[in-house]
Amino acid sequence: MSDVLTGGLTAAGTLAGRGIRLSRRNLDAVITSMMMPIMLMLVFVYFFGGAIETGTGYVTYVVPGVIVLCAGFGAAGTAVSVSEDMRLGVVDRFRTLDIGGTPFLAGHVAASVTRNTLSTTLVLGVAFLIGFRPAATPGGWLAAIGLLLAYVTAVSWLAAAVGLLTRTAEAAGAVTFFMMFLPYPSSAFVPIDTMPSWLHGFAEHQPVTPLIESLRGLLLDQPVGNSPWIALGWCAGLLTLAVAASGFLFRLRTR
Amino acid sequence: MPPAIEATGLTKTYGDVRVLDALDLHVAPGTVFALLGPNGAGKTTTVRILATLTTPDAGHARVAGHDVVTARSRVRRAISLTGQFAAVDEAQTGTENLWTAARLSGLSRPAATRRAAELLERFGLTEAGDRLTKTYSGGMRRRLDLAAGLVRDPGATEVMFLDEPTTGLDPRSRQELWQVVRELSAGGTTVFLTTQYLEEADRLADRIAVLGAGRTLAEGTPDELKDRYAGHRLDVVAYDRESYLRLHTRAEPGAGPDPETHTLGIPTDGSAAHVRELLDALDPERRDIARFTLHTATLDDVFLTLTADKEPSHV
Repeated sequence: MSDVLTGGLTAAGTLAGRGIRLSRRNLDAVITSMMMPIMLMLVFVYFFGGAIETGTGYVTYVVPGVIVLCAGFGAAGTAVSVSEDMRLGVVDRFRTLDIGGTPFLAGHVAASVTRNTLSTTLVLGVAFLIGFRPAATPGGWLAAIGLLLAYVTAVSWLAAAVGLLTRTAEAAGAVTFFMMFLPYPSSAFVPIDTMPSWLHGFAEHQPVTPLIESLRGLLLDQPVGNSPWIALGWCAGLLTLAVAASGFLFRLRTR
Repeated sequence: MPPAIEATGLTKTYGDVRVLDALDLHVAPGTVFALLGPNGAGKTTTVRILATLTTPDAGHARVAGHDVVTARSRVRRAISLTGQFAAVDEAQTGTENLWTAARLSGLSRPAATRRAAELLERFGLTEAGDRLTKTYSGGMRRRLDLAAGLVRDPGATEVMFLDEPTTGLDPRSRQELWQVVRELSAGGTTVFLTTQYLEEADRLADRIAVLGAGRTLAEGTPDELKDRYAGHRLDVVAYDRESYLRLHTRAEPGAGPDPETHTLGIPTDGSAAHVRELLDALDPERRDIARFTLHTATLDDVFLTLTADKEPSHV
């Protein structure tokens, strides 16, 4: 059993290394995935920010939301890389080397987490340049990083499941589109109570909201209540769902 | 020695299409076996089942002595597969592609590094090892793909599956690949290849199975197939159009006419007696036939004969 586990970890590690090399050489995609959130942040802070009343400096309000958007948007790219591996027959090579579905997807997810750690750090750097001043305690930083990693892992694995489902890279790209819009009906850019009341139910209870609330509280050293736990619960639930669904889909696609 | 590949009654259906219909195969160890058939005959599905990538709906198959469904991992340890499309990453170098495959097959880092270098050397890619695969020619890419299939231990690969290995390659790359196949076979590896090129099967294979609509239409050595299914062909050339038309009316149905060149192709067993008899029967007054040539059958003839009427038959 432990041999199987070590083998699986080695395989996932090797495939993660491969994924990172491949994305390093696909700079177009990496730059797009970093530029998108940065542009959005600049647009919101400088174009719309003056008109949005949040009680603090708008840059302070919006950065946690932008970080979550960036992480989700980047993680969704996993769908495209998984779908390409399925389409091009690379996965057949791995399977004849006796690599199972889980290490294969775990490799993609690990590469995505690495990639998005870098892009999120960059976004945070730009945020700092335009006036974002975090006041987090060391514990707050750790908790914020932990939550983001959990979120990126869950979204990456969900995206991987979608990648197994879609037959073309274009279709797989739809996840990125979805993940880019998910933060809008949440507290990412404007307080929820400014939205129409029929939207409150969704906006308050969708997974992105507790995550953004937690990051905002943790980074600015304000009380967070139980939102980190709700966010963590969402991530754990989505990850479980994603692992189960992708296991099923992998067997379905490789019959 | 047990057969390298033994399949009985393999059946696979995708939706309404019966891709394989009770296919039987028997491949002796150390031989080169070619599965020959037109597009859609079920060649790729056969390879995918034998290489454990797909499970059959019915029937059984053993590869290197192990059942492809119940002993999947054991089969995988004994085989390598090169598919129709090169399964290497364009944005990795040759070395990185081989290293990745070697690590995935369970080699340690230093061993993977050594194996990658060995394989590059063996497939004549050492100089290109540090270049991204997207800069490779089609032939180089296919060789790298073959090498990637052999990372585990080239000596331990008992059965090598090559699914249309030369489709889309230029003649020179094709020759190089044939050489690689011959070397592998000389080293004791059983090679199972699919192809739609008759010449390829004729040149490489010890035995050939012709596949049509998911069944074996015929099986045997290239010579057996030619003898059995196509025999020889006598081409008679008439002096002019009038002679040609006279010959045409006397010829048996089944003769291949070519009015452009005033030529008729007549099936024969190639014996002197039969050829003499044919010439007399076609041209009793000895005024119509100008020349004749006798052709030994090609696999093309076998192929066309067999796939024209899809009735299964056996050698």
